[in-house]
Parts: sequence; C-alpha cells; structure tokens
Amino acid sequence: MPNEVESRAIEEFRETPIGHHSTELQVILNELRGQPMKDKYCLISIKANREWQLAMTSGVRGKPVKMLNKKFTNLKEAEWYVFKKRWKQLRGETLR
Amino acid sequence: MMKITGYADKMSVAPGETIKFMVNSEAGKRYRADIVRVICGDENPDGPGYQEKLVKTAANGSYKSRKQVIHAGSFVEIGASDMLDGLESFTMQAFIWPTTPEIGTQAIISKWRDRDKAGAALIITKENGSIALCLGNGKGKIQTINTGKPLIAREWYFVAASYDAKTKTVTLVQEPLHGYETRNDRATVRRKSTVGRVPNHDAPLTMASYFKAVDKGRTVCGGHYNGKIDSPRVADRALSAIEMQSLKTWPVATELGNSVIGAWDFSADIKGIKINDLSANLLHGEIVNLPARAMTGWNWTGEEMNWNHAPDQYGAIHFHDDDIYDAGWEVDFELTIPKGLKSGVYAARLRSGEDEDHIPFAVRAPRGKPTAKVLYLMPSASYQAYANEHMNTDSPIGQLMAGRLVQLDKFNLFINEHREYGGSCYDSHSDGSGVCYSSRLRPILNMRPKHRAWIGATGSTLWQFNADTHITDWLEAMNIDYDVITDEDLHYEGLSAIEDYSVVVSSSHPEYHSVEMWDAMDAYQRRGGRLMYLGANGWYWRIQYHSEVPGVIEVRRNEDGIRTWEARTGEYYHSFSGEYGGLWRRNGRAPQKILGVGFTAQGFDISSYYVRNPDSYKAKVKFIFEGIGKDEKIGDFGLIGGGAAGLELDRADRLLGTPPDAYVVASSVEHTDIYLVVCEEMLVSTPGTGGHENPLVRADITFHETQNGGAVWSTGSIAWAGSLAHNNYRNNVSRMTKNVLKRFINPKPF
Repeated sequence: MPNEVESRAIEEFRETPIGHHSTELQVILNELRGQPMKDKYCLISIKANREWQLAMTSGVRGKPVKMLNKKFTNLKEAEWYVFKKRWKQLRGETLR
Repeated sequence: MMKITGYADKMSVAPGETIKFMVNSEAGKRYRADIVRVICGDENPDGPGYQEKLVKTAANGSYKSRKQVIHAGSFVEIGASDMLDGLESFTMQAFIWPTTPEIGTQAIISKWRDRDKAGAALIITKENGSIALCLGNGKGKIQTINTGKPLIAREWYFVAASYDAKTKTVTLVQEPLHGYETRNDRATVRRKSTVGRVPNHDAPLTMASYFKAVDKGRTVCGGHYNGKIDSPRVADRALSAIEMQSLKTWPVATELGNSVIGAWDFSADIKGIKINDLSANLLHGEIVNLPARAMTGWNWTGEEMNWNHAPDQYGAIHFHDDDIYDAGWEVDFELTIPKGLKSGVYAARLRSGEDEDHIPFAVRAPRGKPTAKVLYLMPSASYQAYANEHMNTDSPIGQLMAGRLVQLDKFNLFINEHREYGGSCYDSHSDGSGVCYSSRLRPILNMRPKHRAWIGATGSTLWQFNADTHITDWLEAMNIDYDVITDEDLHYEGLSAIEDYSVVVSSSHPEYHSVEMWDAMDAYQRRGGRLMYLGANGWYWRIQYHSEVPGVIEVRRNEDGIRTWEARTGEYYHSFSGEYGGLWRRNGRAPQKILGVGFTAQGFDISSYYVRNPDSYKAKVKFIFEGIGKDEKIGDFGLIGGGAAGLELDRADRLLGTPPDAYVVASSVEHTDIYLVVCEEMLVSTPGTGGHENPLVRADITFHETQNGGAVWSTGSIAWAGSLAHNNYRNNVSRMTKNVLKRFINPKPF
C-alpha cells in the first residue's frame, strides 16, 4: 500500500487534482502523467465543458484513439479515476 | 469522424475581391454553405456562449458533395523527355542519407510507370532495407535485385545502380561514407536480369518516389522516401565504377559528360521550387509538396553554417512521406466580398446533417479606406505555424505541460487519423525530423471556431484562433468598430497596411513574424502608432514566406527557445530567403524591444492574477487604472484557467530591450510549478525554475511611449483575453483594456 508520504500526496490529489501541488505529489504526477503515448488515457470532449469520454491514444501515428466505455460530467472525477488506474498499473496497488 | 472539411485560397480578402473555397464532403449527397461572421467561437456555457451571425451572400447555398483527397509526400518531378524516355541501358546514382530505411519500398530515382509496372527504379527495398534496382517489363514481371546489406539510418551513402540492356547485367553499389567496424554495409553486386526487355515509356522521372498516376492535374506518387538525396545523376549507359566515382561531382570529362542524361544540383535555386540540371540536356524539374531545402549535404564539413556562403555543401534536399504544400483541390464555390461588408473575422460554414466545418478568413476594409480607428491584427502566420498540431496524440510531454488529462475533440481525432493533412511546425515528420514549413493551402482543423485545444488551460481550453475570438467578442460587446487584417497582409504590404489606424490590437499569441512584419510594426510605433498587445510569447520566432509560391511559411527551430524539435546543426538559415532563422531574440531583436515585454515562462494548467506595482500610481499611467481599486486582484477570474495571467507569460527586462522609462504597472503572482522559466533564460541548469519559487515566472503589464505620440501597452499573458467577458464584461480586465483602448484612440500625446 502507499507509504505515509504517498498517502498524503494521494489525498492532496483527490482534493486538488489540477493546480498548486506539494513537491511530493508533483513527483508522483510527473511519473503518472509522463507515461508514453501507447494506451495513454486522455479525454474526448463530448459536450463543451460538461461531458467527456475516456479514451486512450494509440502511440502510433494515424492509428485511431480508442474510445472507452466511461463518461464523466466532472473533470475532478475523471482525474481521480485515471489516477487510480495509473497507480494500479505502475504500483500494482488498488486505491479506493 | 468529420466527413466535411475545406480550405480557402486566401486567408484575407477585401470588398470586391473573390475568395475560393475547396471542400471535401463525404457527408451525404449535398451540403449547405453559408457565410457567417464569427463573434465568439467558445462553446463553454460558462462564458458568453458561441456566437456567429449569418451573412446573406450569393455564395450561400446548397452544393453537391464530392470527395477530395490529399496526396502527401514530397518528390522531384522531371517531365518526360526523349532523352529519358528512350533509355535502354542506364546508370542511376546519388548520395543519400536515409532516415527510415526499414519501413518499406522507397524510391530514390525512378523512371517507373506503375500502371503496368514498367521501367526501372533505384530504391531502398522492403525486403531488407538495402539498396536495390527494381526492373519491370510492363507485362507483369518485376525483378528486384538488392545488395542484401541494410542501410543504417542517418548515415551518408553513395548509391548507384546500372543496367546494361545488351548483357542484361545489373550492377549495384552501396558505399557508406563513414564505416563502422562492427557493421558491414558496403556492397557491390553484379547480377543478370531475368525480366527481359525493359520497355520505354513517357512517365516522368521522379526522385524520392515513383510515379503512379495523374489525378486532376496532380502527379501522384508512391514509394515515398524519407531522408536526404544529394547530387542525383542519370547516364545513358552502364558506367564503370571509376566513372561513377567521377560523376559524384561536376563537371566531368567530356567523354563521360557525353553519357550524362541529367546531373541535378539541389544547391542551385535553393529559395525556389525549380530543380536545376547541370548537364547540356537542361532537364530541369520541380519539387512537389515542398521537401526541406538548404539541408547539409554529403560533403558538408561543419566549417560553414550559412548555406549562402557555401551552397556547394548544401546540395541535399530532405524529403518526407508526409510533406504537403497545396492540397490542390478543385474549387467548389466562390465568394466575391460584397461592397459594404463590414471588416471582421468571417467563415464559410459547411453543414451536412450533423457534420459541420468552418473555413475562417478575414474580410478587410476596402483597400486604402479604413473604416475604423482600431485594427485587429489576425495572426495568420501563427495560425499557420500551429496548423494541424498533433502534440496531444504524438507527444508524451503534453500531459506534463498541461498538468492534467489532455482533452481532444473531433478536429484532433480527424487529423490524428488523416496524417496526409500535414503537420504543424510543432510536429515532427514521420521520420522524426522537424516540420519547418507550413502551408495554409490545406484544411487547418485547429483554426476553427468551436475547436478546443489541449494546451489551453482548464476552463474553455482554447488556443490561437478560437481563443482570439474572446477578443473579437469583447470588441463587439463594447461596440467598438474595428477593421481586420492578417499577418500575411502586413508582411506583403508593410507599414501601409496599418499606418492609417490609431490603434492596433494584437491577438492572444502572435508568436511568428517575418522581418517585414517586424519592421512595419516598429515603423508604425515610431510614427505615433499605438499597439495593444493582449497576449504573450509574441514576436518570438522569425519566419519567412516563400518568394515564389503563396501561403507557406518557414521556421527554423535553432539553438534556443522553447522547441518541440531542433534544427540540425548547419541548418539554421531559411531556405526561403537565406536569412538566419530562430528566435528574434537571437536575431538581435528580443520581443521586449518592440513590446516592452518578452517570453519568460509557460505552464498550461491553471492561470493566476496580477497585483498592482508602484508604477501604476504614477500620473502618466493613471488612465490605465481608472475605476480599479488599489488592492484589487486583477483578473482572478476567467475562462482560460480561471485567471487573466496564464499559459505563456512575458516580462519586462531592460537588458533585453524594454525601453528605459517603461512603466511596469502590474505583475502576476502565485503561479503553479507547472509554470517553468523558458530555456533561453537558463545558461546554467539550476533548481527552482517553477512558479512557486522563481521570480522570472510572472507576467508584467507594461506601458511605454514611442516617438511622435505612439505607445505600447502589453498584458504579458495569453490568458488575458479569456477574462474579458467575465461577469457580463463588467470586471477589471475588461475595464483596464477599455481604459487603454479609449485613451489610445484619443490622438493626444501622453
């Protein structure tokens, strides 16, 4: 499970996924958000500023973005959802 | 996926003049076209909302759909000639610097007719990435003889293929200019051909591709080659190894010269589109789709950086399979601008069912007859530099710079899948080399109302064209009359395009300028003109337009500055003009000189606000803050990242050219650590370059006077315009902007 420093950073992210961050959180985000383009999460704008669909870039020029069966009406939720997915992928741990 | 896209032959047009629209429509049998005046392209329901006004014109109507495609990939075309068409035996040779030898068949020099697979082509073969000669007898038999030794990417080779029609002997030469102890990539191969007679035909000789067909007047090729070609030659017999060596350079002895059909010199006419044949046959040709010229050649020594001084070392052209200049579509409809149509930003709106596209353009005032005191300078050069930018699908740094998940829209999804629409000067070609040319003669799908950009901070997430509609929206909401011209107008017309206006209002991010544009703006200011710079990272990169063909700019990302690719050493001078490219700062004209401020930091997550500086209370600049309180946070609201100070930031700096008595009236504070100092400020890498710590991460609002009553007011932030509409335009950003505009319209000296 996340250590104490990570746990604080994760809580900080849940509260403020975009904006001013502690150094500890920023280091984590640099790793999570800096992943290569293959199967990298992104959002597709469905309704301007109101609805987004989760998707993944292919990492291959010309190859379509893969649309995923998950929509959001709140960017904060989208950030947290993807944070958990990436944490699981990179750390093997499930966050709740 | 978008089923309707289009472009126009111009980006700016005056009353009485005609603009032509080219459309690809796969959306039903017919589509509807209407001319609209674009007021606000931002669909964010938290802002003023999307606004366009229908304009009744003769062009409005229903049109028949048709598919129009783009044939990307650059090449050289040498038209049919008896000399080439009658070849039986031959030698083809060149120096090459391949960048993707592993990706499949790529033609170097080709006399090939794909319809019946007839002729010969010197190629890189898909079998093993080595040099090969492909022969086709036009009756279904094709033979490819290769050296079997894969080429190493980004290494120079001398390559040749000869064919003796009598003995049916094929000779291949693959000679690396730099050998590696551990690689065996040198080969001479001699084999008999088994295809029988190779028939003559009149298809053009092509380089960097093979001829496929003619589509509506456009030569269509396949087998596009990625990399450089230098000193290509064709001879009318199978040359010996010594003769091939002799023919590497020019001139050659008479006996050999008599056998030469063509000896092309890519270092001649580098600024143009012509290809020059040094031989007596004068088989000159042209480049298609603008491959990169003024590239270091096989014999570049590294001693000379300027191709103007040693053109013989710049005999290479770098071809790309995704180069595109002019889509070359047929015209679908035209609009003659009605007399009396108000100057502004307009678009041809194309609709068929749910599908929609807009083709924006500027309508100018009648030539020589301004209709307003205020001029909005539409930054068409910057729109072109960003045209069809792919960083959100291609670059892993996007989410780090944005500090969040990036958002894509229908335009992004389309250009991701349609690479033939070409990239921006932020993208790399498929072989990893930078895109240094960008044309407007193709659909530019991120120059659209309703487009949302990954880079545009939280909130509306706008950038460039659509972000700039926050400025036109504000001008309309304030009932301020304004005319519009584009960068391209300013480039070609100079001072005369702007001198009759009291005030020039900039866009949010006017980043790219030619020396003609720079000089015109400088002269305007010195003659009493007044500039309101409502943005940041302006007047940053030097560009140039092509001198022979319209609508294309060049950028060389040299040495310094925020660069998503880097010009190769020795390739810092524009091919279009011979000028040294790169940052204006490295051309002795830092932005501070003409704006008071210049690029200092960037970040793309959230924006911040400004606080007043002591300078703001001085009598001369009191007008700027009329109605704004002493302790007010300026712009702690807005549609772009929630604040007026955001995205890219500019600051004043006397040492970089801010005029000595400029007033720095406000500065932004509290930026996140996603905001980092630009690299040209860092001579030594040091910690603490983020917004929390570094004093260079700030936007300055400045005012300075210029000669003859002129003045410049700069906001130093791209996000500024996104705050104008807040609270129904009743806010301190709108107030300050209006204070300045009203005062700038007033001719009274300061």
